[in-house]
Amino acid sequence: MPPRINPDKCNGCEGLAESKCEEACPGDLMAVDETVMKAYCRSTNDCWDCMSCTKACPRNAIEQRIPYQLGYHKATLKPFMSKNTITWKCKDIYGNEKVYKYRNRMDK
Amino acid sequence: MPNISAKRALQPEQLPKSMEEVQVVNIETDLLIIGGGNAGCFVAVEARKLNPEIRVAIMEKGEIMRSGACSAGMDAINTYIPEGKTPEDLVQWSRAQVGGGPLREDLALSNAEELNEAVDDLERWGLPVLKDENGKTKYRGKWDISIHGEQLKPIMAEKAIEAGADVYNRVAGTGLLMEGDRCVGAMGLGVRDGKLYVFSAKAVVNSTGGAGTLYKSYTADSTDCGAQIWMCPYCVGTGYAMGFRKGAELSSLEQRWVATRTKDFCGPVDTISVGYKAPIINCKGEKIMQQRYAHLGGDAAPRFIRANAPMNEWLEGRGPTYCDTRGLDDATNWQMMCDYLNERPTFVLFLAARGQDPVKEPIEIFGSDPYIMGGHTMGGFWVDIDRMTTIPGLFAAGETAGGNPNKFVGGCAAEGKIAARGAWKYMQGMAQPALDEQQVAAEKERIYAPLMRGGDFDGVSPREMKERLQRLMDEYAGGYSQFYRTNEERLDYALKHIKMLQDQFRFLKAADLHELMQANETMDRVDVAEAVVHHLKARKETRWAGWQTRADYPERDDVNFDCFVETVRDPKTGEVRAFTRPYEQIVPGDRYNYPG
Repeated sequence: MPPRINPDKCNGCEGLAESKCEEACPGDLMAVDETVMKAYCRSTNDCWDCMSCTKACPRNAIEQRIPYQLGYHKATLKPFMSKNTITWKCKDIYGNEKVYKYRNRMDK
Repeated sequence: MPNISAKRALQPEQLPKSMEEVQVVNIETDLLIIGGGNAGCFVAVEARKLNPEIRVAIMEKGEIMRSGACSAGMDAINTYIPEGKTPEDLVQWSRAQVGGGPLREDLALSNAEELNEAVDDLERWGLPVLKDENGKTKYRGKWDISIHGEQLKPIMAEKAIEAGADVYNRVAGTGLLMEGDRCVGAMGLGVRDGKLYVFSAKAVVNSTGGAGTLYKSYTADSTDCGAQIWMCPYCVGTGYAMGFRKGAELSSLEQRWVATRTKDFCGPVDTISVGYKAPIINCKGEKIMQQRYAHLGGDAAPRFIRANAPMNEWLEGRGPTYCDTRGLDDATNWQMMCDYLNERPTFVLFLAARGQDPVKEPIEIFGSDPYIMGGHTMGGFWVDIDRMTTIPGLFAAGETAGGNPNKFVGGCAAEGKIAARGAWKYMQGMAQPALDEQQVAAEKERIYAPLMRGGDFDGVSPREMKERLQRLMDEYAGGYSQFYRTNEERLDYALKHIKMLQDQFRFLKAADLHELMQANETMDRVDVAEAVVHHLKARKETRWAGWQTRADYPERDDVNFDCFVETVRDPKTGEVRAFTRPYEQIVPGDRYNYPG
C-alpha cells in the first residue's frame, strides 16, 4: 500500500535526526530526500498499510491509498491524533463522509 | 539512555566498503530481548520488577513505539478468563479449537494462570477496555473482550522504557552468540548506521514474532500489493531461523496458521463473525457452518475447520463467500468500523474505495496465505516450563514459543512474564560471558557479504529470491493457490529447490542498508521454509485440514501421529532430522469438544 506524501505540506521534519514517519515505519520504508527535504516511501510494494507514518506526521502530509487493483479512485481516510482521542474522517468514492471519534488512551 | 533513536540511513558514499570498515558495537547486558513487541515488552517490565538492578537490553528491528504485529493496533483481546471459568476451562477450549491437540497442556495451563493479570496490566497502563452497562468487562465471544487498542503498541513500549530497558532501535537480529552449547547473546545489523551490534548477555529471550511472507499472497502480483497480507510482513521468521541454525529444536511448524480473512484486503474476520454474529454464507446464501459443518460443531467448530470452510466452498464451486453483515443496525455498524480502525484501519478505506456499505452488502471473505505463528497456532521452539528452548540460555516467548496455541495478545504478554522469570532464575550465579571474536568475525562475513559484492556484480536481489521462495512454497508446500494441499512428491520438490536457494545465498546483493536487511531476512525465510517443509513431510496424515492438509494422507492417523513433530538442524552439517515427542493430556475431559 502506498503512502502518498503531499510535497506542499511535508518539510522532511527539518531539524530532526530522523523524520517522524522515518521513525515510525515498522518496515524501515520511509526516508527523506535531503536535497529537497521531502519524505518518500522507498518501496511502496512492501508497505503493510498500518498507517503508523500517517498518524505520526505532525503536518498531516501523508495519505494512505488503496492500490487500484483492490479499490477505486478515490476514497480517503484521515486520522487526527489528540492527547487521548483519535478522530478518523473517511470519504468514500461517492463523496459520502463518515467521522469516527473515540478514546484511545485512559492514562492521559 | 533508554530509548535510543536511530538516525537517517547512511548515504551510499558513507557505506562500509570492506569488512574491515564495518564498525562493531559491543554491548554487555544481563538480559537480552530480541524483539520489543507484545511479548518482549512484558519480558522487560517483568525482569526489572524481579530486580530493578538487572541490565535489560532490547534489540529492536523497527522503532519500539510502532513495531511489529501490533503496530497498527488491535481491536480485541481474544482470551481473558471470565468470572466463573478457570484456567483449565481455557485449556480445554484451546485444545478443542485445535481438534483435540496434541498441544502442550503444561505450557497452556501455566499461561492461562498468568493471563488475566497480564491483561489487567494493559488496562492499568491505559488501554481502553470496553465495559457493558453494568461497568463489567464487555465480552464479544466466549473468551474475547473488546478494546480500543489503537495505542496498544505505544502503551506497551512506554512501560518497557519506563521500566529501564535500553532499547536499541533499528537493529535487526541476525544470529545468536554461543559459548559451546549455551547461548550467550546475539548479533544484529544496524539498518541505519551500518554497524554490527554484538550483545553479550547472561540470558536471551527470543521474541521476534512469527513468520509471514514465506508463502505467496494472492494479491502479491501487481503494483503496491506485495505486502498485502494479514500477518505483519516485517515478521519474517528471523527468531526461528536464528535458533534453528544453532541447533534449537523446533516443534509443530506443520500446524500453520491459515485464517479466513476479508477478501482482497486482508483484514480480520472474527471481528464480524464472532463479534457481530454475522454468519458465513456462500454464493447461494447458504449459511455454511450451520448447513455443511453442523456435525463438526457449526459456528463452534474448531478454528481450522472454520478457517478452511470458505475456501472449500470456492474449491467446490460455491464461491464467493461472505460474512453476512446485512441488516446490522447503525450503532453496531459504527462499532464494527471502529474495531477495524483500531486493528486494520485501511480496511475501512478499502470499503470506502469499493463504495461499499456493509449494512447493505455483505463483506467478502477468503483464505489467507499460511503463516508460522506460535502465538496463534503451535509452530515454534520446543520449550520447557520456564520457556527455555533446547539451547541453554535461550528462551522464547510469544509467537516464537511453540506447542501452545491460542495465546494471542494476552497470552503473549503472560508468556513474556513467565520467560522473564525463567531467564532470571537461569542467570543466577552466571558470570558475564567472554566475547568470542572469531564468531563475531564469521557472522560479520555472513551478513555483510551482499553489500560487499561491488556495483558490477551480476547477482540476485533480495526481492527476487523472496519471490522465488514464495512461489515455491505456495505451489509445492500447500499455499492458497493449492487450497493448502500438498503431498510427499511436492514437498521433496520444495526441499530440493530450498537447497538450491541456500546455495545461491552467495549471489545475493544489496545496494544499501535497507536491502542488506532484506537480504538477511530472505536468508532467514529460506531457512525457516526448510524447517516447515520437513515438518509437513513428517506428519503423514491430515490432522488440521487447511492448516495442514496432506492430499496423499487425507485421514487423521491417531496410531502414529497423536504426537508432536519436531525438527533439529545440525549446526555443523546442516542436516535436518525430524522426530516425534509424545503428547501428554493433563487437563482431564473430552479432548475434542469444549462443553462450556
